[in-house]
Amino acid sequence: MSASSYPEISFEARMATVEFRIDEDRAHITVDDTICRDCSTRGCITACPANLFVPTAAGGILFNYEQCFECGTCYLVCNREGAITWTYPEGGHGVVFHRS
Amino acid sequence: MSDFDVVVVGAGPAGSAAAIELARAGRSVCLLERGPSPGSKNMYGGVVYGRILDTLVPAWWEQVPVQRWVTRRSTMLIHDEQALTVDFRNPGWGAAPFNGATTFRPDFDAWLAGVAVDAGAVLVCSTTATGLIREGGRVVGVRTDRPDGDLRAPVVIACDGVNSFLAKEAGMYPHTGAENFTVGVKETIALPREVIDERFAVRGDEGVDIEILGCTGDVPGGGFVYTNATSVAVGLVLSLPALAAGPDRPEELLRRLKAHPAVAPLVEGGEVLEYSAHVIPEAGYRMMPELVGDGILVAGDAAAMCLAAGIWLEGVNFAIGSGAAAGRAATRALARGDASAAGLAAYREMLESGFVLADHRRLRDAPHLVMGDLAQRGLPAVACGVMEDLFTVRNPEPKQGVRRIVRNRMRRNGIRVRDAVREGLRAVRTFG
Repeated sequence: MSASSYPEISFEARMATVEFRIDEDRAHITVDDTICRDCSTRGCITACPANLFVPTAAGGILFNYEQCFECGTCYLVCNREGAITWTYPEGGHGVVFHRS
Repeated sequence: MSDFDVVVVGAGPAGSAAAIELARAGRSVCLLERGPSPGSKNMYGGVVYGRILDTLVPAWWEQVPVQRWVTRRSTMLIHDEQALTVDFRNPGWGAAPFNGATTFRPDFDAWLAGVAVDAGAVLVCSTTATGLIREGGRVVGVRTDRPDGDLRAPVVIACDGVNSFLAKEAGMYPHTGAENFTVGVKETIALPREVIDERFAVRGDEGVDIEILGCTGDVPGGGFVYTNATSVAVGLVLSLPALAAGPDRPEELLRRLKAHPAVAPLVEGGEVLEYSAHVIPEAGYRMMPELVGDGILVAGDAAAMCLAAGIWLEGVNFAIGSGAAAGRAATRALARGDASAAGLAAYREMLESGFVLADHRRLRDAPHLVMGDLAQRGLPAVACGVMEDLFTVRNPEPKQGVRRIVRNRMRRNGIRVRDAVREGLRAVRTFG
């Protein structure tokens, strides 16, 4: 496919268009990356639309819940029992869409 | 002791439709919403078909917050740099009683929840349902994250969206494998009204919906472009297992769609107003949970009622249809004093005798067909190739016959006649 004729938006700028009301007290998703270490698939890394799963040099996964769309992709593609603990944020917190 | 007759979890289209029916029947209903306002957690792939609202909100089109009325519906097949588009225009859809509308879900969902509130429902926002309250195997309410936040009611209607933790907790949802789901990603891009009118060749509040096949690389899925009043939305729907297998991330696939020669002239130049993502229950009928339990009904995306059937891509209308039926079934059960699964069974019967389950059952093979290799790769490649051969004038060579062109293009794309006929017959059986 041909190259775009206009500058592409960076991932940071893309995510900066989204409002997140971050709950500073509780992470609604937690990742136990001792389980991720021997996972060869790691589908979460490519599938998470917010790119929140980052592989570390030590073979683990670095996860940050703050810019989460609460979509469910990560736990649906995860095939390691117990690696991802997934709940919704507390009421009123998390992603807030305005023009979608 | 009950706090309400019914607790409806989720103030999306399904939940609000349920609450409207219940409140109008004089029942006390609590409409729970985890977002700060209805619709704040929702995004979609672009069109609300309002016919189902006719009975619920007469002349709804005079009050619904609309971006544009869809009067132009296109289906585009993309292969490499090429694109073949079937483009249908119907100005009649731009006048009452209308057909499809583009709208922002935070606006639309808040409007429909407002109708429920006007009817007497109690809307409680910023409150997450954290689990079910059960007694003797029977659902009798929900727990919330508010202090002393238990809400007891003889009937709970779970309209808690595609992740449907309440239906899962109730043991009603066995089909939760990733292969049943897709994820939708979307950019809303600001453009002046005149620019949109010109690029999409529409006027006034006329709008366009373009559905695209063949634009998702190695990941089964599809794309869409549609017009709002002063923005366009461009997005992709992507199969979860293929996306997880990598290597391409969603925004990279979206970047490629935006750069395609058939799409770039429509969407380029504007500022991205919002990026959004949401999971879709793609498999429809074949993944549906049990719809009725003791003290609980499941509706909308929570019951996998999104219709992803290729030429028909609908969801909000199925949510409203199922939610309204759930509200009516709960009203009936409460009047008889029987909120058991048997007392609530009319819900399933209503859905089966109406469009919700009739359409889903008829089209139960459609999601699989549309996500299959022939529809994803073969069809766009052959269709575009045939167009190229038909319309490239190769004088002094004489023209080839259409049959020969088709046969050649199928062979070049490794498609056997036998396989094409078999899939074609399946498509006829499904859509016919």
